[in-house]
Amino acid sequence: MAVIVQEKDFDLAAELKKLAGFEGTAGAVISFIGLVRGDASLLALELEHYPAMTTKALEEIEQMARTKWGLVDVRIVHRFGRLQLGEQIMMVAVSAPHRRSAFEAMDYIMDFLKSRAPFWKKEHGINNNIWVTANLDDEEALTRW
Amino acid sequence: MTLKILYFAWLRERIGEPSEQVETNASTVSDLIAELRLRDERYDFAFSDLSSVRVAINQTLSDFDATLDGASEVAFFPPMTGG
Repeated sequence: MAVIVQEKDFDLAAELKKLAGFEGTAGAVISFIGLVRGDASLLALELEHYPAMTTKALEEIEQMARTKWGLVDVRIVHRFGRLQLGEQIMMVAVSAPHRRSAFEAMDYIMDFLKSRAPFWKKEHGINNNIWVTANLDDEEALTRW
Repeated sequence: MTLKILYFAWLRERIGEPSEQVETNASTVSDLIAELRLRDERYDFAFSDLSSVRVAINQTLSDFDATLDGASEVAFFPPMTGG
């Protein structure tokens, strides 16, 4: 199990090598990468976070998912700082005995990460800078769990 | 009691400080917000719409009715946008 919060980029392949499950305990591995999306008017996406709380919040989400679906392993890497268009923001990898539990756990982790991990995004554009507002649907998505 | 108060994202920008030490007798988060709002217009503006403000006490997400008993760090921020 690992939660990593860092400014620098990550390499999914290298992270997957550190994930437990490849020795026969897992039947499925799923990975997810979140990217900076936008058009040429976006100069940068700035991610601010609450260092004293971030790791704790991510570990709580990871632990809940691990218990709920009996996961073999979970690895979360989340970046902060100033990112460019197309850059990787974060990744989650889960290994589980079976495919369905891996997919469901990933969905759960991403839903909670959206609304319960203390990150805030600011879009730096050519004409203005805007704080990304939380999506009401994201908050509602938590109720399905 | 002395509390460390942290502000993030647009709350930090509106107040103009990332953190501060505050001496207070507030018993709940709501009381603390009321105290802060009386200080000056920056605080009053930052806390004018509480539907877009969240609070964490000692790094755990909490709510405005929560007691400040045992609190050492209180953080105010907009709804989170992780992922």
